[in-house]
Amino acid sequence: MNEVPNASGGQEERPLLEIKDLEIEFTTAGGTAKAVRKVNFTVMPGETVAIVGESGSGKSTSALAAIGLLAKNGRVSGGQIIFDGEDITHVSEKRMIELRGNSIGMVPQDPMSNLNPVWKIGFQVKETLKANGLPSGPKDVAEALSNAGLPDAERRAKQYPHEFSGGMRQRALIAIGLSCQPRLLIADEPTSALDVTVQRQILDHLEKMTEELGTAVLLITHDLGLAAERAQKVVVMYKGQVVESGPALELLRNPQHPYTKRLVSAAPSLASRRIQVAKEAGLESEELLSGSETVHAKGKPDAVLKIKDLTKVFKLREGAFGRKTDFTAVDKVSFEVMRGTTTAVVGESGSGKSTVARMVLGLETPTSGNITFDGVDVSTLKGPDALKFRRRVQPIFQDPYGSLDPMFNIFRTIEEPLRVHKVGDKASREKKVRELLDAVALPASMMRRYPNELSGGQRQRVAIARALALDPEVIICDEAVSALDVLVQDQVLNLLANLQSDLGLTYLFITHDLAVVRQIADDVCVMERGKLVETGTTDSVFENPQQEYTQKLLDAIPGARLLLPPEVA
Amino acid sequence: MLRYLGRRLLQIIPVFFGVTLLVYAMVFAVPGDPIRAMFGEKQPSDAVINALRAQYNLDQPFFVQYFLFLKNLLSFNLGVDFTGRPIADILAQVYPVTMQLAIMALVIEAVFGIAAGLIAGLNKGKFFDATLLVVSLLLISVPTFVIGFVLQLVIGLQLGWARPTVGSTVDFNSLILPAIVLASVSFAYILRLTRTSVAEGMDADYVRTATAKGLSRGRVITVHVLRNSLIPVVTFLGADLGNLMGGAIVTEAIFNVPGVGNKLYQSIIRGEGPTIVAIVSLLVLVFVISNLVVDLLYAWLDPRIRYDK
Amino acid sequence: MTNKNNHRVIEHYVAPLDETPLAAVDSTVTEDAPSSLWKEAWVNLRTRPLFIVSAFLIILIAVVSLFPQLFTPLDPNKPNFCDLGSALQGPSGAHFFGTDGQGCDIYAKTIYGARASVAVGLVTTIFVVIIGGALGAIAGFFGGWVDSVLARLGDIFFALPLVLGALVIFQMPLFRDHRGILSVVAVLSLLGWPNIARITRGAVLSVRNAAYITASTALGVSKWGSLIRHALPNSLAPIIVVATVSLGTFIVAEATLSFLGIGLPQELMSWGQAIFDARTQLRTNPSVLLYPSAALCITVLSFIMLGDALRDALDPKARKK
Repeated sequence: MNEVPNASGGQEERPLLEIKDLEIEFTTAGGTAKAVRKVNFTVMPGETVAIVGESGSGKSTSALAAIGLLAKNGRVSGGQIIFDGEDITHVSEKRMIELRGNSIGMVPQDPMSNLNPVWKIGFQVKETLKANGLPSGPKDVAEALSNAGLPDAERRAKQYPHEFSGGMRQRALIAIGLSCQPRLLIADEPTSALDVTVQRQILDHLEKMTEELGTAVLLITHDLGLAAERAQKVVVMYKGQVVESGPALELLRNPQHPYTKRLVSAAPSLASRRIQVAKEAGLESEELLSGSETVHAKGKPDAVLKIKDLTKVFKLREGAFGRKTDFTAVDKVSFEVMRGTTTAVVGESGSGKSTVARMVLGLETPTSGNITFDGVDVSTLKGPDALKFRRRVQPIFQDPYGSLDPMFNIFRTIEEPLRVHKVGDKASREKKVRELLDAVALPASMMRRYPNELSGGQRQRVAIARALALDPEVIICDEAVSALDVLVQDQVLNLLANLQSDLGLTYLFITHDLAVVRQIADDVCVMERGKLVETGTTDSVFENPQQEYTQKLLDAIPGARLLLPPEVA
Repeated sequence: MLRYLGRRLLQIIPVFFGVTLLVYAMVFAVPGDPIRAMFGEKQPSDAVINALRAQYNLDQPFFVQYFLFLKNLLSFNLGVDFTGRPIADILAQVYPVTMQLAIMALVIEAVFGIAAGLIAGLNKGKFFDATLLVVSLLLISVPTFVIGFVLQLVIGLQLGWARPTVGSTVDFNSLILPAIVLASVSFAYILRLTRTSVAEGMDADYVRTATAKGLSRGRVITVHVLRNSLIPVVTFLGADLGNLMGGAIVTEAIFNVPGVGNKLYQSIIRGEGPTIVAIVSLLVLVFVISNLVVDLLYAWLDPRIRYDK
Repeated sequence: MTNKNNHRVIEHYVAPLDETPLAAVDSTVTEDAPSSLWKEAWVNLRTRPLFIVSAFLIILIAVVSLFPQLFTPLDPNKPNFCDLGSALQGPSGAHFFGTDGQGCDIYAKTIYGARASVAVGLVTTIFVVIIGGALGAIAGFFGGWVDSVLARLGDIFFALPLVLGALVIFQMPLFRDHRGILSVVAVLSLLGWPNIARITRGAVLSVRNAAYITASTALGVSKWGSLIRHALPNSLAPIIVVATVSLGTFIVAEATLSFLGIGLPQELMSWGQAIFDARTQLRTNPSVLLYPSAALCITVLSFIMLGDALRDALDPKARKK
């Protein structure tokens, strides 16, 4: 690809993509709303620029406008989009179609929903090549797929999307995006839906391909660590505006705008990297944990929860006419959770970590092994004793939009556990609900509201209040913060930590995000494909991983290879 | 794929038996003497009654009757009606007529329904779409016989563009009017179904990706949107064939079509149990087979069904 | 990180604070009244023209059904209602829609026919929603063999098209000799419950795996409690839509059955009956058929419009923030 000669002589290099004072508005039933206001940024040829922001920041909208893919009710109401000197802000559909594919390509976020399920993968690649005037024979299709890292490309081209794994589907999408060698590639959160180890592989490969082809990349992400690791320039967006932009590392070391400062201090991957770096420099981790304090119990804590040889085998129907095969989701897992501490169970999808949580909660029956709570074997409990056990162990689930009944107002939701276990009378229950709302920093007026009126973080706090209603001893957090924006996540984690020290709670924290583990957990259990691979204190596992898989997980944390100074940010 | 089909077959078979049993029971398992009940006022001699009873196995216990009936049905021995005519002959005469009518109706509703639904779905909210919606609402609200009468009156009698009744000349020209009437309600449903599928499809992620690839709008619509939208529509069409066959009674009555519906209606009025049961059983068989064909089609259209489950 | 572009100078830009003020993280909602999903749907609904028109029509029809005497001084139940001398007259001041072959006022027959027709539709819908809804909800929530049995049972009734099934059922002496509102309702319910069951099953199935159901199980709610308290209220939307549309289709079905001679009996005044009577007079006096048909169509249309409006207002995709 043509690289414009060096800019040292004061000669201006022409940007590949220039966004000037861009304004985008959306029309809904409630009126018109500006989603993007006076946004400015540029992408130079061959450069990788990352746009970072939380949901609703306008990062995707701004990038999608460049390829003319705004939703039907959106339009560019001001500013300019200039691609390689040509103003394409309100260009004709015909010209836009010409540009798409061979000048500007796109890799979307969700690999499952972005591939048409009824056509073969090879067909979907072939029509891209054909539409852009490139040779589209089977060999060309196979070449495009194998360039993107798909092994056995010729055979794979004849398969359908649902026969691929998530990582393979994303590779297919990358193949489609880059097949016509565009000068600019828009990658919209290309790996957010994938497992952490697969993420790293795919991003590495993408980087290699774009370097070889000289493609400029506009990378959209919510993860500041990932942005800094992969891009030369980072643009931070907040509520539809650019608040700060500049060279990646400089932004991390020297954030100027308050929002960027907040992001930098709250992002788990960066926080975990800081801790790592500081440990290497000999500083203690306690001082670095932003806001959260781990409680080390006085004296020797006892194990409130003991899991021994826990196994769960599911019977799946495979093959013709009911031949059942066994699928071992959890394979002889043993660990202990100490009272008053946080134990994290970490693993990728399919590791069995959620199944372990469900068994502890009594939602699944173990095939073998036992769970001992405070000395009592849980599987022996029946009837009213089982009900009493439920009071002492409560869950918080991942999806804030799904874990609250949309038909119940907040009061009924939090009151339900009290009512089911017949605790107190109407007046005392109302009092308790007020106390609980207070404990999670929500105003009492929230009681009459419904979940659809609350944000994700607020709903999760209501879920926490509900979990606390019966004064449990152990709370199982099943990916409780994974679906939240970074700053909200930070807030909720702080809340959980404060509640732990105030109420002496024990947490079993299920997550796929090792960076979050670094911030909040005392002990870690690493699971892979149903087996417990490694266990120990957080410090020891992070500093001295024993197993190769653990090392792989640690390496996969975005920003793991960032060169940060060993100071506290 | 084979697994999927096999499973569907296993599910359909009890349904076939269930329906035929139900219908047989409703016709024959009545209190009192079914043979006498059929003749109403004019009772023939006892000898005739006994002969008829033996012929229809009505002197056997109920389930034996049903079993014998099934055995006969599956070996195409449908017996004779009360005038002595072999039922099989009667059916061979009336079934093709109704089949022709039903297929014509199916083609009309499919072609026009999908086309209209596609245009409406692509132009959601605009004038054409709103008009089509109103039309579909009207077609669903107006009973078939009213549509039939009105069309018969206006197009058949007043304008003379088509034959108002069919009678004995059964050909394309004479069947076109009843076919349109028969197709009208289903046309409305298909229009709405296609419209919704297309409108949803336009918002789908993979359609956005297809556009991002640089495909022309026409190609995106046909290859990606329409192809995927057809799946629910085809399913509906397949089920409708069974419905059309069985539900043409009203249309056949109005236009005097010598088909299954008319025959069934007459048999019911005359109380000819064996004919009723034979006709209904065959209709159910058609329904069952068309369902299986739909399942086959569905698996062909949606690869996820083929290789999964 | 790559080194290829380190010869480029990247400017560090910071937006002025007054243009980009920071809000508190996750601030709480404002002072408006609390609004549940139902309330939001209602607000959405009442602005839709489809709803306004259909609601008006339905209220009108309800009034006509309950108080027909308000709309016409003539009473078909009185002995001198029909006057053979004035048979087959066109519309006039005394007879708005004219008279039929017996000299009966068509307008009055149409007005008085509303009650029976609407009653059939309403009662059938209630039965069908209760029976089909309960069975479908249980099948959807508990799955397993209950689901399979119910699915097969539903399939059996699905295989009988409405008119066909009604014909066969009505030739049974039990039904043939006891024709009335109840028998028509029974037949329509018998043939109509699988549709509602299927919709309910689908709706319950789609919420069965929601996190709030799992959460309630985890805190000790029984399976039945979860079904009744959590799953059902969240499945109501599609059931309401289908029930409304079904009301309309049941009224059409009754008319069709009457047309074939197996609907409501002669004595009961209904639109179906009026149409049945009109069959023979079609060529000579189409208005005998026209006016009751028109009344029927308008009624059915209003219910189906209402169903459409409800579906659009309750559509979760439209509600997503």
